[in-house]
Amino acid sequence: MSRRVAITGNEAAAEAMRQINPDVVAAYPITPATEIVQIFADFVANGDVDTEFVAVESEHSAMSATIGASAAGARAMTATASQGLALMWEMLYIAAGLRLPIVAPIVNRALSAPINIHCDHSDTMGARDSGWIQIYSEDAQEAYDNIIQAVRIAEHPDIKLPCMVTMDGFIVSHGMGNAELLDDDVVQKFIGEYKPEHYLLDVDNPITVGALDFSDWYFEHRRQLADAHTRVKDVVLQIAKEFKEISGREYKLFDAYRLDDAEVAIVVINSAAGTAKTVVDQLREKGLKVGLLKIRLFRPFPYEEISEALAGVKAVAVLDRADSLSLMGGPLYIDLRAAMYDAPGPRVKMVNYIYGLGGRDINMEQIAGVYDDLFEIAKTGEIKQAVTYLGVRE
Amino acid sequence: MSAAEKGWKDVPKGGLILDAGNAMEYETGDWRTYKPVWDEEKCIHCMICWVFCPDSSIKVEDGKMVGIDYKHCKGCGICSFECPRKAIEMVLETEENGEAGACE
Repeated sequence: MSRRVAITGNEAAAEAMRQINPDVVAAYPITPATEIVQIFADFVANGDVDTEFVAVESEHSAMSATIGASAAGARAMTATASQGLALMWEMLYIAAGLRLPIVAPIVNRALSAPINIHCDHSDTMGARDSGWIQIYSEDAQEAYDNIIQAVRIAEHPDIKLPCMVTMDGFIVSHGMGNAELLDDDVVQKFIGEYKPEHYLLDVDNPITVGALDFSDWYFEHRRQLADAHTRVKDVVLQIAKEFKEISGREYKLFDAYRLDDAEVAIVVINSAAGTAKTVVDQLREKGLKVGLLKIRLFRPFPYEEISEALAGVKAVAVLDRADSLSLMGGPLYIDLRAAMYDAPGPRVKMVNYIYGLGGRDINMEQIAGVYDDLFEIAKTGEIKQAVTYLGVRE
Repeated sequence: MSAAEKGWKDVPKGGLILDAGNAMEYETGDWRTYKPVWDEEKCIHCMICWVFCPDSSIKVEDGKMVGIDYKHCKGCGICSFECPRKAIEMVLETEENGEAGACE
């Protein structure tokens, strides 16, 4: 029987890792992700898992050791946040380039400077071109569910790519929420045994991993990486379908909330979607046709499905919890504008709100204000300001 | 299928090398600028070129020099420099083949 519990995002991630029971976990503590591996280290010490836990001296080493373990044939995991993910930088690309199905819960936190430990999405947005699959989670339940599904997605024979599952630092990682956890044996049966095709400890079939790959073949191997990403969305949907059978919970590429007949819509990632849905409900009660689209799979970006879902909307506001400093808005806005370029029908008016940097709260009044702006744009057809910094002191 | 005919769908994922002993297949002589050209008439088979060649690219049969392995020769010119009979001449690849960097 599944268990309904009060749990923080970090506890939920650690619980998912306990149930996955990976062969190797290599990690280094960093706020606000520390608890994930701290709790998991308890599981290791208490003999609750069979995992070889490698306490390393940095996040660069954490990812390096995880890559080594994965290349050796192990089901390997790590977890980090912010500066830790930044320090993993070169190894992220290597994990993806070597096609290693590592799963890593990442707790979203701002990047220095100025130094800050609170939530924004600068860390994982910076890793968006690394070749990792990126799945975002609104709350502890989604983080738990996504981590378990990520194992199947990453290890799928058509994919073989590392996958990071993110949640918002403190807001979700340390906030107590309500979640339903699956039985250990149900999770084990769902993820199954990991059977790598080629691995270093297969002594009967010796291989070379990470060989020099100059101008004669590097391009072909990078082309393969793009090809693997084209298959991700189908696998994500297939795994979501199987996951629904064991959990009753439904996942898609994104979450369309009261979007069908919406005149204006907000697109948002992670925990702010929860606040925004409450605003949507309140405005709907007043008869206003507002909707919301919450991103789940961000890399690869399911641009066709998303642009189709937004095609009938008159005006869209994209809420970014990270800035790109391109002066064209945040990373989600830039991607979505590109996606909407080829959308059928009249051009959808799009604006961007960069919010919540360094953990600045976003409240319901601000989100309602965004919907007000959208109705004005829909009415006049005029965009006065494309990119707005929402909640900053002027 | 030769390497030239293979595309990105035909090679192991992630740049893995699945077969041992594959260094034999790696032709390292495709970035030569000058090419050593051997004159059999002048050669006295002293084997000084064979001793000095850093890439084991002097072909030998029955104790005699029989040619140069252009798949591995990098055109350093040491053989030509050391040859006591000037039996090895360094020639620009572009003059020999009409294009830069061509191998054989």
